[in-house]
Parts: sequence; C-alpha cells; structure tokens
Amino acid sequence: MVANPDTIEQVTGQKYKYGFVSDIESEYAPKGLNEDIVRFISTKKNEPEWMLEWRLEAYRRWLQMEEPTWARVHYPKIDFQDAYYYAAPKGNSDKPKSLEEVDPELLRTYEKLGIPLSEQKMLAGVAVDAVFDSVSVATTFKAKLEEAGVIFCPISEALQKHPDLVRKYLGTVVPVTDNFYATLNSAVFSDGSFVYIPKGVRCPMELSTYFRINASNTGQFERTLIIADEGSYVSYLEGCTAPMRDEHQLHAAVVELVALKDAEIKYSTVQNWYPGDENGKGGIYNFVTKRGDCRGANSKISWTQVETGSAITWKYPSCILRGDNSVGEFYSIAITNHFQQADTGTKMIHLGRNTKSRIIAKGISAGQAQSTYRGLVSIHPRAEGARNYTQCDSLLIGSACGAHTVPYIESRNPTATVEHEATTSKISDDQLFYCRSRGIETEEAVTLIVNGFCREVLQQLPMEFAVEAQKLVGISLEGSVG
Amino acid sequence: MLEIKNLHASVQGKEILKGLTLTVGAGQVHAIMGPNGSGKSTLSYVLAGREGYDVTQGQILFKGEDITALLPEERAAKGMFLAFQYPLEIPGVSTMTFLRTAINAQRKTRGETPLDAVQFLKLVRASAKKLNISEDMLKRALNVGFSGGEKKRNEILQLALLKPAFAILDETDSGLDIDALKLVAEGVNAERAPDRSFLVITHYQRLLGYIVPDAVHVLAGGRIVRSGDKSLALLLEEQGYDAVIEQAA
Repeated sequence: MVANPDTIEQVTGQKYKYGFVSDIESEYAPKGLNEDIVRFISTKKNEPEWMLEWRLEAYRRWLQMEEPTWARVHYPKIDFQDAYYYAAPKGNSDKPKSLEEVDPELLRTYEKLGIPLSEQKMLAGVAVDAVFDSVSVATTFKAKLEEAGVIFCPISEALQKHPDLVRKYLGTVVPVTDNFYATLNSAVFSDGSFVYIPKGVRCPMELSTYFRINASNTGQFERTLIIADEGSYVSYLEGCTAPMRDEHQLHAAVVELVALKDAEIKYSTVQNWYPGDENGKGGIYNFVTKRGDCRGANSKISWTQVETGSAITWKYPSCILRGDNSVGEFYSIAITNHFQQADTGTKMIHLGRNTKSRIIAKGISAGQAQSTYRGLVSIHPRAEGARNYTQCDSLLIGSACGAHTVPYIESRNPTATVEHEATTSKISDDQLFYCRSRGIETEEAVTLIVNGFCREVLQQLPMEFAVEAQKLVGISLEGSVG
Repeated sequence: MLEIKNLHASVQGKEILKGLTLTVGAGQVHAIMGPNGSGKSTLSYVLAGREGYDVTQGQILFKGEDITALLPEERAAKGMFLAFQYPLEIPGVSTMTFLRTAINAQRKTRGETPLDAVQFLKLVRASAKKLNISEDMLKRALNVGFSGGEKKRNEILQLALLKPAFAILDETDSGLDIDALKLVAEGVNAERAPDRSFLVITHYQRLLGYIVPDAVHVLAGGRIVRSGDKSLALLLEEQGYDAVIEQAA
C-alpha cells in the first residue's frame, strides 16, 4: 500500500496541524498515521531519543512497503488512515458500571469457562474501584520474581528502567524492516511485556496472563520481548481463554524471543478474540509476527498456540535455530467456525549443527471457515545433521468449510532429515451416533472428538490452561453441527 | 419393557422395516435372527434413534412411553443401549475419558449428580476386571488399534457401566474366536437381571448356545415371520433361513 499521500497530506494539513504533539495531557491522538503521530506516541511514553528514531525509521520504511496478499485470507481493504494509533486506557466513566451492562453472550461464555465473578468484571472491562484480591496476589508475585532477579514489566517501563537491555535486543529477532505489519508495529506499538531471565535462573512461576491484565492495558499494537540469558528457563502464557472486550478491529503484534546458550523459553498462547458473528460480520483481524531466536548452543524455544478467535488470523510463530544443537518446537491448534479464516503455521530455520525442530499442527474447520497451514522448514548448508519432523492434521466438520496445507521444505544440507506427514479427516456421522447412543449429546460429542484430535497439542499447555482450553474448544464449535 | 407395534421404517426413502411387531418383557432375552438384508441392523438403529432411519408408521414403547420421536441421547438416558457390530474409533480420546463422559452425560440428563473421579475409577476397575480388560487398554484411545475381541469386550464394559434397561447386541459375535465369544457371553450373562432385557441380533446359533434366549424371532423382508423358543435357532442352523422362511410363508 501504503502511501496514499493525498490522505496523509489531507489529514496532516487539516486536523493534525502541529501543536498536539506537545499536548501531553490529551488522551487520544487524532485519527490517521504520520510522523507526528509516531512522535506523539513516543513523547507520551517519555521514550529515549533512540527509541523515537527507531520508530521513525520503521514508519518511513513502512511507507515504502506493500501489504502482503499471499495468505489465503480475504477481507475488505484496510484504510490505515482511518484508525486511532494512540488512545490512553479508558477512564472509569466510559466503562460499563456493572456486569448487567455487559453483553450477556460474553457473560455466558465466562460462565461456561468457569471464570470467577471478580475476573469476569476485569475481563469485561467493568469499572471497579475496589481493590481486587488479585492485586495483592500480583504484589506477592512481583516480590518473588524480584528475588530471583527476573524482570517482568510493561515494555514502556523497561524502556525507562532498563533501556540498555531493551536497546540491545529489540528488533534483533524481528527487524524493523521485517514485514508490513511488523514494521507498522515497530512504528506505533503501544505497549506490551518485557521479560528478562538472568543467567542460570529458572523462573519460579509461569508468567501468566491474569497477572499481566492487572498490570497493564496493552492494546492493539502489542510488543513483547523476552530474553532468556544463559542457562535460564521461562514459561510464558499469553492471552486468555475468555474473550475480552476489545474496541480495535486491527491487531498487529510483534513478539520477539531470545534464548541464549543452554536457555529455554516456552511460550503458550490462547487467542480467543471476537471472531465475528455467525454471518461473518465484524471480528478482529489479527496480523501477528512472532519469532524466536535460539541464539546460543543447546537452547530451546517452544511455541504452543490455541487459536480460536479472530475473523482473520495471520500468524507464523517461528524459530531461528542458530545455536548448535538448538531445538525449536511448534504445537498449534487452529479452530475456525462460521466465516473465520486462519492462515497460520511456522518457520523453522536451521542454521546450526544438529539442530532439531518439531511441528505438530492441528487445524479444525467448521461452518464456512477456511483454515490453512503454511509452513517452512529450511535447512541451511552449515546445518549438519539437522532434523525436522512435521505433522499436519486437518479435521473438517460439515461440508462447506475448507482445510489447506502449504508446506515448504528447503534442504541445502545432504545430512539433514526432514519428515512430513499430513492427514485430513472428517467427524463422521457414525462417530457422532456412537457417542449419542451412549448418552452424549451432539455438541459434547463434537467437543470430545475435537479434544481427542488436539490432544498432542493440549498436552503441551500448562495444566490449568489446558483445562480451560479444552472447554474453549467446545465453545468455539458451538452450532457447528446441525 | 419394550413394545414395538407395526413398525415401518425407511432409509433414504426405501422402506426396510415393513410392519414389525415385537414385545420383550422385563428380564427377558430375545434373539433376532435373519439373513443378510432382512433389516436386522436397521432395527437396531431405529431402536437407538439414529438419524436417517425414519419411522413412517407404528410405535416404539419403552417402559410404556412412546420414544419414537426421541433423540439417541435421550433414549440412552432412559436406559436404551446398543452394542455396535462395528464399534467406532475415536482417536485421542482415552477409553476411560469416553466412559466417564458417557456415564456423567446420562446422569446429568436424569438429573443425578456426576460421579467424581474416585467413584468412577472404582466402578470401572471392578467391571473391567471381570471382562479381562487391562488398565492399559482403558488408557488407550477408544477402540483405536483394538483387536476385534477387545472392541466387543469394550462394548460389554460400557453395557456393564451404563446399566441400561434394554440392551441391543448387534452381531456381537461377529469376528470373535471361541475364547473371545465365551468371554463376551459371560460378560453379558453377568448383566442379566430381572429389570434388564436384551435383544440379541445374530446370524448364527453359536452365540445363543452361550446366551440362552427366552424367545427367538426370524426376521425376513422387514417383518418377523416366525417366533419360537430357543429350539427355533437350532432349526435354522439345521435347515437354513430359506427353508424356515418358506415354511412360515
């Protein structure tokens, strides 16, 4: 795209003038995107000069870039000038006053997931003045993490407190120039998480969502940076099984992981954003760039994702296996129902010797949905003895949906071993009748069968997450079988 | 217990059952025998409520209640059970999980509290032992990679756990060697009770040597053409279906 210079000029010329950049008190930047908006965001966050330059470089680069069209997803053209790129968290006056004002459909889902009332309020964005129990829990967690030397804070805070660490690693896995959405994110990212695990430290707890929701409001251009120093370990949980109130249609997050020598990062995601209604109206567009760099020898990065939400998912969590003997894993469940479209997969880039990767991707399509696995396994000349195992399974429910598998394999080293297996199956009427004849009603039967299909991936999730994810599978497929 | 009155049923517009009438009393075991294509499997599916098996005429009364319009899961909760000729595989779902889901689904429909993990384990272990089903088999994905005998034993395990009032055994003997057949028959006999009836569908007399029926019916052309006691099964074995059906006509 981008540059529709007319629009930009028009907007800058009229609404944006100058002036607002210094207006630190203002809650919103005007609609649209230009250099002033980028400056505004940076100023708002009190960022160091280098960070502003970094953002501006990204913005200028973005202007030259084309929106990618290779994915098997279709949506109306996005007008990037018709969006807000900075909005402070909403004040209590704009929020629903109580759960009664919240969409009952949302509450029904919370109930099914068994989420406690206090958390329901938080997730639904209800204005709460009283202090949550969870706040004190968060404080305890913080103390425990500090004791271990773990840094876990919003990236905006890290830029103030640990600028050197951020500067050293930011953009080293997903460069500013990487792709259209990542570059956009680099220019305008609002906030996100920063994690640093010191040498030899095993992070004493799962760094989890609930904690993070309490800590910050992240918004649509999220930026996450996780560094596991030599010999350290961390398990990070992103997202939430419960759908969250969300005002933004376009999401373009970037996640960068760096694992140094002997370090391990386990990154789990449950994404359950609004998928649009059963007629395909509305829903979130999710264009995410996630990449991990196994920078040191014997390091390991493992991605696990359960993608059930969003109207459009465009996401390829990848591993660069740079260190010798490093290991990359990708476990994925992508569920699409109604008119959802998901184009997701991974890239395993084998650079080091004896590097290993494992890909287990499970795609489930129901309704009119389209689900695509797109993956690349690339073995570079130096990657002696590299190994990959890929398994892609698709499950179809009904006859109007589609599943597609697009695996790319490039091997430039004759000692490498690459295996690829793919299956496509349907939930059969026989299976459903068998379950029903035992007293299990159709929807529960579908949930049971799909959970069985996804088992290898669900097993990778941390325990408490796995239980909720299983329920979520059922909820996502409601109404998929007549 | 079960009363089938003038039952007509079609599959894809083709009439398969053509006025079948049958009454099975409480605690009784009735056998249905018949040649291929006589409507035996259709009968079992119609009783269990399978979609696509449309009742066009007649009634099925189960414990006095007309269940003709009920869904399969509703019938199951009321105590209808079908042991499948070809039990289905469900990859990734352990036999244990499946059993527990089924038991608790039925309990829920009946307004009973679900069994907790401990209660369930106790129950399932006791029943599994009798059928020589190992702990390992219970942990494996339902019917995936099971031998013919294991699949059938697993059906009987479900019967033992779900404790239905009426159990249909659809060619449970098919694909079983003598030892497996004995084991399965013993499993069934152990479940015989004054408040539980059985409909045993089979081609051969052999099974009825182990599960001795109170009555034997010959199904041909979608109707019961002849009924008798267990000696009828022997007669069939001796003379073949054609001769017996001809005599009936």
